[in-house]
Amino acid sequence: MKPSKTLIYDGSFNGFLTAVFVAFDEKINVTDIQKNGQGQNGLFSETETIFTHVEKAKRVWNGIRNKSHNAIANVYFAFLSETEGVELMLYTYIQKLMATTLGKQMDYSDGIVLYIDQLAKKVGREKHRMEAFVRFQLTKDDIYFANIEPDFDVLPLISKHFRNRYADQQWLIYDVKRKYGIYYNLDHVEMVSLNLKEIHFNKIHKSDAFLSEEYDYQTLWNDYFKSTGIKSRINPKLHTQHVPKRYWKYLSEKKEAV
Amino acid sequence: MNFERIREKLNILADAAKYDVSCASSGSDRANKNQGLGNASKMGICHSYTEDGRCISLLKILLTNHCIFDCAYCVTRKSNDVQRAAFKIQEVVDLTINFYRRNYIEGLFLSSGIFKNADYTMERLVAVAKKLREEENFNGYIHLKSIPGASDELMYEAGLYADRLSVNIEVPTISGLKLLAPDKKHEDFTKPMLKVKNEIVRYKAERKIIKSTPKYAPAGQSTQMIVGASGETDKDIMYSAVHYYKNYQMRRVYYSGYVPVADDMRLPAIGSQVPMLRENRLYQTDWLLRFYGFAINEILNKEHPYLDMDVDPKLSWALRNLHHFPVDVNSADKALLARIPGIGMRSVDKILKARRFRKLNWDHLKKIGVALNRAQYFMVCDSRHWERRDLDAEKIKGMILQTSTGKFRNQYSTQLSLFN
Ligand code: SF4
Repeated sequence: MKPSKTLIYDGSFNGFLTAVFVAFDEKINVTDIQKNGQGQNGLFSETETIFTHVEKAKRVWNGIRNKSHNAIANVYFAFLSETEGVELMLYTYIQKLMATTLGKQMDYSDGIVLYIDQLAKKVGREKHRMEAFVRFQLTKDDIYFANIEPDFDVLPLISKHFRNRYADQQWLIYDVKRKYGIYYNLDHVEMVSLNLKEIHFNKIHKSDAFLSEEYDYQTLWNDYFKSTGIKSRINPKLHTQHVPKRYWKYLSEKKEAV
Repeated sequence: MNFERIREKLNILADAAKYDVSCASSGSDRANKNQGLGNASKMGICHSYTEDGRCISLLKILLTNHCIFDCAYCVTRKSNDVQRAAFKIQEVVDLTINFYRRNYIEGLFLSSGIFKNADYTMERLVAVAKKLREEENFNGYIHLKSIPGASDELMYEAGLYADRLSVNIEVPTISGLKLLAPDKKHEDFTKPMLKVKNEIVRYKAERKIIKSTPKYAPAGQSTQMIVGASGETDKDIMYSAVHYYKNYQMRRVYYSGYVPVADDMRLPAIGSQVPMLRENRLYQTDWLLRFYGFAINEILNKEHPYLDMDVDPKLSWALRNLHHFPVDVNSADKALLARIPGIGMRSVDKILKARRFRKLNWDHLKKIGVALNRAQYFMVCDSRHWERRDLDAEKIKGMILQTSTGKFRNQYSTQLSLFN
């Protein structure tokens, strides 16, 4: 039997897929797949550092996709959940997937299959939430700017939605937690890494990065939010179920409630 | 932008529009054209929720709340002493675009009080939509209210720019309409509806031949009925709903519990409770008709003109028809499965898939998501344990009520205690 190994990759999705490729190719008995710099735990097994290789990653991607479109989406979404230990789970998931005969569904009574499926669903929900809850604020440089702080790393997933919808305005969506953003320059979307000192919540205190007109529109929106509710039907439980409190600070209509 | 002025108008005209419960932005898949602004999302997106838990998806406002009519149930009625305001066409366009660019909304839902006459009003609604589409290159969602009595030409034009059109019937019976909205004739509502329906049919047919036929109201038509304003029965409401689904191909009928807005002998007094539970039961009935294969006379008829308030309409139907049960979930066909209380359409599909691999028992059904507290009395599965006692409907109902926690249970019990 081959010795057990822990694979170390650079944290990117392509890096992870490359690790999967290497593991399959060299028939490695994988004990774990870890991001580098993450307090390595290779005490009891040998480690191997994986260099991201786009071609190899692509082959794994295509291999999974040819088995099932649903599975490739599941793998990508679950990966973006950043759950600790998800890499090894995904590796096992991919192994199981590759072992199925074509056209046959994976067995949903299997614990790992079910877990990855549920994880992907959670990330999917967060994606939809962000598509709904992004609140752009117009800066003086004519860029529509939004902060988000999603539970999962969903920027790559929402990029297409915003690109299709806001094709005629520059916009930047910045993930406060992960310190990077996606920026659309009227031609294409690019990833930008920024370290914003000041986080621009839709806060009572105003920032001079924005036009004063911006705050007028926020006020109008807040007013609208208030006047569209029907007091005799009020239902706070239902309300917070739909708009969980952790998102409130980024929603101008809820800022007074924070 | 004259901010203070706009602010005042928005407050008045959003407040007056909120009684229209529809805020759906789904059903259209208009794409972004020529690098313009916006697109429609087939599923719709809720960008926020009101404090009463309803989806906020569209900027829902009236163009004006000046009105020449005096419908008793409406805040905008002529005789009501409220502040009046009117937006200019460009003001609505600017608000919509600026809200949209900030990702607050999916689009605009524009309605209006009737000023001067129906056509004059409709013309202005159409002008807003046209401006948005042609000058702003806006591809987001537009819902226009069809003004009762508007001409065919205007309704035709409206459908070229709007994704959805709606006329609110509001009062489900003709006698109620006479009583509460004496200035309006029933035909005023149905004429624009019929025109739009015919155009939708025509455009669809043309589209089959010429692919590039432009869209005409791709999200169809909807209507709304007020519940609990005119003493109508549930049967009146639902038969009327079925009529509109059938004859006008409505996408949706909305039911809106009447929120008292007037001291008027003809109506429930200000401060009376909004009939939310009743509203909910009507929606459940609507679903049974549209997705579960029920016919309306099975649920509501001469003997049963009202829905049962303590249990949902499917359970109520089952209790009246115990001779159809128990059903064997491992062999029954789809239509029959859909009739078992506690089993939703999703569970039906899962059962059909799962039983290809193995016979299902209680455990499987629980995992699938069946509400066993209700279903158990109406089915058998791969288990020796099932309800063998010969229980009558009252008994079963009693046992189910003991174990259930409906979302309106609280309201229901406060209502009950009023009668104790
Ligand atoms: S015509 Fe419309 S706006 Fe005017 S009072 Fe009647 S329902 Fe209200």
